[in-house]
Amino acid sequence: MKRIARSTLQTAANLVFFAAIGTAVLSSTFFLTHDEIVKSEEAEKLKLITQIVPPELFDNDVIQDTLTIADDPLLGNNGNTVAYRARLKGEPSAVVIEAIAPDGYSGKINLILAVRANGELAGVRVVSHKETPGLGDYIELPKSPWIKGFDSKSREVYKDADWRVKKDGGKFDYVAGATITPRAVVKAVNKTLQYFASNREKLFVVNTVPVSKGKEK
Amino acid sequence: MNLQEYKDIFHNGVWKQNTGVVQLLGMCPILAVSSSVVNGVSLGLATAVVMALSGAAVAPIRTFVPNEIRIPVFILIIAVLVTVVQYLMNAYMYGLYVVLGIFIPLIVTNCIVLARVEAFASKNPAAQSAWDGFSMGLGLTAVLAVLGGMREIFGHGTLLSGIDLALGEGTKNWVLHVVPNYNGFLLAILPPGAFIGLGLLIAGKNYLNLRAELKRKSGADVSPLQASPATN
Repeated sequence: MKRIARSTLQTAANLVFFAAIGTAVLSSTFFLTHDEIVKSEEAEKLKLITQIVPPELFDNDVIQDTLTIADDPLLGNNGNTVAYRARLKGEPSAVVIEAIAPDGYSGKINLILAVRANGELAGVRVVSHKETPGLGDYIELPKSPWIKGFDSKSREVYKDADWRVKKDGGKFDYVAGATITPRAVVKAVNKTLQYFASNREKLFVVNTVPVSKGKEK
Repeated sequence: MNLQEYKDIFHNGVWKQNTGVVQLLGMCPILAVSSSVVNGVSLGLATAVVMALSGAAVAPIRTFVPNEIRIPVFILIIAVLVTVVQYLMNAYMYGLYVVLGIFIPLIVTNCIVLARVEAFASKNPAAQSAWDGFSMGLGLTAVLAVLGGMREIFGHGTLLSGIDLALGEGTKNWVLHVVPNYNGFLLAILPPGAFIGLGLLIAGKNYLNLRAELKRKSGADVSPLQASPATN
């Protein structure tokens, strides 16, 4: 009995020993690479943001000037998302919002939109989607310039009925054989603009508590 | 510890026991990331590094680990090494990290890593084990490179697309447009294309093996397709 107990303990101690070494190696790598990871993630985000917000539109630290948005049926998001605010000389110039088009051909299409302070779209990009490669994926910029058709459109220029693909009587192009995808994107962009119109003041509120640098999550 | 031994290990890993086309281990990453040369080679090299490190890490402790718990300990070591590689890629090759995404942590579950640790590193010294892991990984990389190349050419008409994600902005113009104005061939990009491509590779490898064997037997260079069917 005693022998069994001892050998069990020994085995357990052995496992604990290896777990401890593993943890030590992992945590030291984590701390060594953490700063670099945060830096490259921010650089990547900034790259995406500057694609849709022209650099002459802002002089603030967009990455740090964030606002948490609760989920809203108009944005189609589940849970909180983060909005980035662009300001020029302290004046709000544009806001970057994430939105989800829930009704793509195969699931959700994640979008990122930049809306200028006057309600005009600065740009739209697809962040991720599961549309058919080679067919529905022309909503991606590298595949086709289709998504640029949203640039400088607003709900001033286009009325509600115009926010559809041409096949449905709207103003937006589509590729024959893949209409469900652009239909979902156009609808989501229109809804995001409606969200912007009714939340404009809230979106540009200046953070009273400065967001700390290198904040996690 | 002689040169011949290392040569044998290398030949075994890259050709004779190739993980991709002979052992058929690690199908999940082979089918998923072989959509282009760059993706395939990157994940293949990441796997090779993990395999070399895990071979080197397991071999020295093989006598201390009680037999009953060796699998959990090996998995623990492999998981730690994979996570270290993942952190490093996240920090220094961010673009590639985003592309390979979930498949980096999944190296842990790639049976080939544990298989080599269990079959080789737990019975051999550290240097040989590391070399064995690396050779096996290189064999996998070669399969991923060829399969990725085939799928990329047939699917997109390009080669080396996305190289700038791995080697930096400056290499963007290395991308070869093998077939200009290509409309794309969906089957090659989707998973069935990977299965078909892998099947062709296995057939090709068997063909070469058979030819070598026939040559050895008869002394003449006969094509296996013309020779009478094998006796077995």
